[in-house]
Amino acid sequence: MSASFETSFARALLDTARPIPSGITAHNAAIPTGRFAVYRNNVVVGLVNALRSRFPVVEKIVGEEFFAGMARVFVLERPPGTPLLATYGDEFAAFIATFDPARELVYLADVARLEAARTRAYHAADAMPFGVAEFAALDASAVGGIRIDLHPSVEIVRSPHPIVTIWAMNSGERDLAPIENWHGEDALAVRPYLDVDVRLLPPGGAVFLLALAGAKPLGEAAAAALADHPEFDLSRSLAGLICSGLVCGICGW
Amino acid sequence: MAIIANLPPRPGVGFKPAHFRDIIAAPQPIGFFEVHAENYMGAGGPPHAQLAALRERYALSVHGVGLSIGSMAPLDGGHLARLKILCDRYEPESFSEHLAWSSHDGVYFHDLLPLPYTPQTLTRVAEHIDEVQTALGREMLLENPSTYVCLTESTIPEVDFLGEVSKRTGCGLLLDVNNVFVSAKNHRLEPLSYLESFPIDRVKEIHLGGHDEEVDDNGAPLLIDSHGSPIANAVWALYAQVVARAGAIPTLIEWDNNVPDWRTLCGEAITAHDILADASRASAA
Repeated sequence: MSASFETSFARALLDTARPIPSGITAHNAAIPTGRFAVYRNNVVVGLVNALRSRFPVVEKIVGEEFFAGMARVFVLERPPGTPLLATYGDEFAAFIATFDPARELVYLADVARLEAARTRAYHAADAMPFGVAEFAALDASAVGGIRIDLHPSVEIVRSPHPIVTIWAMNSGERDLAPIENWHGEDALAVRPYLDVDVRLLPPGGAVFLLALAGAKPLGEAAAAALADHPEFDLSRSLAGLICSGLVCGICGW
Repeated sequence: MAIIANLPPRPGVGFKPAHFRDIIAAPQPIGFFEVHAENYMGAGGPPHAQLAALRERYALSVHGVGLSIGSMAPLDGGHLARLKILCDRYEPESFSEHLAWSSHDGVYFHDLLPLPYTPQTLTRVAEHIDEVQTALGREMLLENPSTYVCLTESTIPEVDFLGEVSKRTGCGLLLDVNNVFVSAKNHRLEPLSYLESFPIDRVKEIHLGGHDEEVDDNGAPLLIDSHGSPIANAVWALYAQVVARAGAIPTLIEWDNNVPDWRTLCGEAITAHDILADASRASAA
């Protein structure tokens, strides 16, 4: 029965302790373990490479060898469920957080969350951001009640570690340097057109954006942001929203 | 009425985003581009922007690597639906997939895994291809695999299996000449005799790619279908014999790993072009 052949083949691919399935031979070997290893290797290397292309900054931080070892453990524990490898590794950050050999790199999981968010933004639906002229038409007195549709690519990652700085230093956007003032950073990843931007959000910015994403009116979102951080600056945040191409629609005015 | 595969009988190239700027900068001596379907299943962003720009300028082949047609389990209906959305959106000249399986019991292995060739698996593969062609409303091409081991359950030669599947379902075939060479060397068989018995009249596309040369545990040659190097001279020679016999067939250059610059890749396509031109002249004479 071929279904059982497929089952035993599939099990032996991810469990290298298993002997190779029966029914597999070669012209020069009754049990061609080395040849079966080509398939085992293709599977693991292919999936590790998928993670490598999605998490290049994590790889840069830990080095190729460490990354390959860590990714290999993840691949064997949680192989993908679909052929859509662009989404494979959404759980990689959570895995890193529990991966004991990486526990000293307390920020690593959050950097992985940022990289995962970045690729989600890359593949997100397209939408045309609002221009400045469309905002000029708004009635200033009614502005607190409006709801803002954020661009479909908006991703927010909050961290108690300086993840935006770490990401920028390891992706080539900034020079590597010691981080003297270690503090939390909230990241925004967004792709208004074709390039993904990764930005550091100002104080209260993450709460503000999350409230807007949750369909809260502008006034309510601003109040929540101010409660989160007294330095929250509404006019600066609004200008940032517009200039960064984060707004794709306005309703309720 | 199903849409029939109709790539131009010229060289094509597997598209890599790293080459996009070079490709768009000027007209290229390329008959078509081929993309892996699974890389274009996101909602938007640069992948779709690039594919739309290519589609405007060139014929397109959509090549699936994840449908697991050779699996005994039912096809993944969700994945088939995604393929339909992609084909409806870009209206490619061809859609192709592999005689292999890549998923089992909810796990995707990201590799093309071998199946035994038996009357039972033949029926199953033909059912799957019927399902794909019905869902997509178009003919699909089925590609011969490269293999590293023999399966004792097999009772039908691969060429006969492919021919019978094509006969039952009406699907076209995609002849990967590098795969023929790799499998023949790995199983100590003669690639030419495989090609001579291949149902060439059903072939609507050819693939050419590079392989790596290794050795197995017993020191015998073991070729790996790695798509990471130039096409081997022996594979070019086999290809020349195929098109001398069958005439010009759309021919794809596959180079997926250690991707070279556009000029180098284009050079491989020009080599294929010259061989195709010789074949066309010979058949016209």
